[in-house]
Amino acid sequence: MTALLSVEGLSVDIATPRGTLHAVRDVSFHVDRGETLCLVGESGCGKSMTAFALMGLLPHGATRAASGLVFEGEDLNRASPERLSRLRGDRMAMIFQEPMTALNPVYTIGDQLTEVHRRHKGSTRRAARARAVELLEMVGITAAGERLGQYPHQLSGGLRQRVMIAMALICGPTLVIADEPTTALDVTIQAQILRLLVGLQRELGIALLLITHDLGVVARVADRVAVMYAGAIIEVAPAPALFARPHHPYTRGLMTAIPVPGKTRPGERLGAIPGVVPSLFGETRGCAFRERCAHATAICAEPIAPRSEADHVWSCVLPTIPAEAA
Amino acid sequence: MTPMVEARGVSRSFSIGRGPFGGKRTFRAVADVDLTIGRGEVLGLVGESGSGKSTFGRMLLGLIAPDTGTIRIGGADVAAIGRAGMARRIQPVFQDPYSSLNPRKTIASIVALPLAVMNIGTARGRRKRAIDMLARVGLPGRYADVYPGELSGGQRQRVAIARALVVEPQIVMLDEPTSALDVSVQSQILNLLLDLRRDLGLTYLFISHNLAVIEHVATRVAVMYLGRIVEAADRDALFGEPRHPYTRALLASVLTPDPALGVPDVGLGLAFPNPLAPPPGCPFHPRCPDADTRCRMVPPRAFQDARGMVVCHLHNGDTRMVT
Repeated sequence: MTALLSVEGLSVDIATPRGTLHAVRDVSFHVDRGETLCLVGESGCGKSMTAFALMGLLPHGATRAASGLVFEGEDLNRASPERLSRLRGDRMAMIFQEPMTALNPVYTIGDQLTEVHRRHKGSTRRAARARAVELLEMVGITAAGERLGQYPHQLSGGLRQRVMIAMALICGPTLVIADEPTTALDVTIQAQILRLLVGLQRELGIALLLITHDLGVVARVADRVAVMYAGAIIEVAPAPALFARPHHPYTRGLMTAIPVPGKTRPGERLGAIPGVVPSLFGETRGCAFRERCAHATAICAEPIAPRSEADHVWSCVLPTIPAEAA
Repeated sequence: MTPMVEARGVSRSFSIGRGPFGGKRTFRAVADVDLTIGRGEVLGLVGESGSGKSTFGRMLLGLIAPDTGTIRIGGADVAAIGRAGMARRIQPVFQDPYSSLNPRKTIASIVALPLAVMNIGTARGRRKRAIDMLARVGLPGRYADVYPGELSGGQRQRVAIARALVVEPQIVMLDEPTSALDVSVQSQILNLLLDLRRDLGLTYLFISHNLAVIEHVATRVAVMYLGRIVEAADRDALFGEPRHPYTRALLASVLTPDPALGVPDVGLGLAFPNPLAPPPGCPFHPRCPDADTRCRMVPPRAFQDARGMVVCHLHNGDTRMVT
């Protein structure tokens, strides 16, 4: 089966007064139909830039290059801006972190929901309205007909994010890209929204590319996980394999750094990754993590070839930690 | 023994304008809060945005005064202590190390500033104390003359911690101290804060929305909802046997990194109460899965027993107990 989305050698460069910042470096991955792939990493690792590059929504001054970018069998590298704009919101949709900035404050919820449907599907006002009500009910919003006349500021943060999900799903996309969709919400609301999103995604058979920094979210929703560091993907694996036996020292470091109720003892020392993320200016050679890695040796400065075991792929030359010690 | 912090019946309202023709409305940020923090304790204060936890923290710092009620630090009323006295007793560390440090000062002068304000020592002595404190928080001497702009978020938060500790306060009010940091840096700062508390005998008020972090650092936990404390107990009791339905929902929302589990159903409805017009009865009842008629009409009273304090009709001792 061919993948719904396949990305080969994606790079994003950003021109800055200090020179060119290589935000995404030679990233390759795929998303299958109906699966959830989580892109996880810390701030500045390139996960959001990867998402924006796929959608053709890079900020001014950022340029994308890819040797292959294929979505639903169509080469996005050759697609015109008009074609990309047809695909966006229709076949592939995006959910942002902050619904207050992603929704237009001067239009009603109804205007914004129906506009998407009318533009992509050429539907009548009445049909678009019916579809908007259907979607609002699907995302658990009661009295949907009345909500259509409300403005974004009249809704709570949780309700606004439900509206964003409804807007993303209204045209029946095959791929939804969600960039930290619950990070700005309170914890109880976060769990509710995530449960809703994952439930709808499974029910409708949509593929989800979820971008997050939260390993708890990753563990609970991902089929597969790609870990990013300094602009590159350093490890990809099915979620159970990644959490049971992370192979890359950075992934292992992340997992020991968070307190886990029932696993870490209160007050005990948490794992720490010393040092800071390397500069993204200029070229890198070898493993970008080696300056912070306790196990690094001279060969880590040489180019690193990815290694794999079944569908677990990682970019580290060191021997893996035996299962019993992990 | 006198508790380090003792708050009794503390309330604070803010008046909120609603545009040129909207008139004023009153928002009760903190309502009738009783709270004690023992010497050397880490009190974790949790709740969602708008629950009043930061407003309480600011009252404890003496930055804003309660409308009613009193807050005592070491037995003395905060209203009577005065600014210099307060600064010697309690110091804050805030969430955002990018906006809380003066970008035009070197970090040694940022850390020495509280000493200068309080006329402690000579300029040279103050600089030495600042440099010693910076070393104590993991920023050795070569960092003394760099500017905040040259530091990472974690390093800036270390500067903020050094500035708080240089005047040797007894209490540190930590308001979401790691929420803006990446996880690998968060763990470094949590380790540092726990070391400092042990070595310097500090008392912490630790405000956070992250329950896994609170469970890790706190010795006792208080849960706030719409300005009120709805449950307070020792850490093990609160995390082991939460009693208030809101506490239970909060704990159910914690997503531990376990790929065998899905996203939990926290059991709360869609209702989201307007904090400007809190509902009658128990403020949590519109979202509570266990609410009955009484919860909609009558505000619950605090119930205290050996396990802690809870404000819920379902747990008030003289009526039915829910298990």
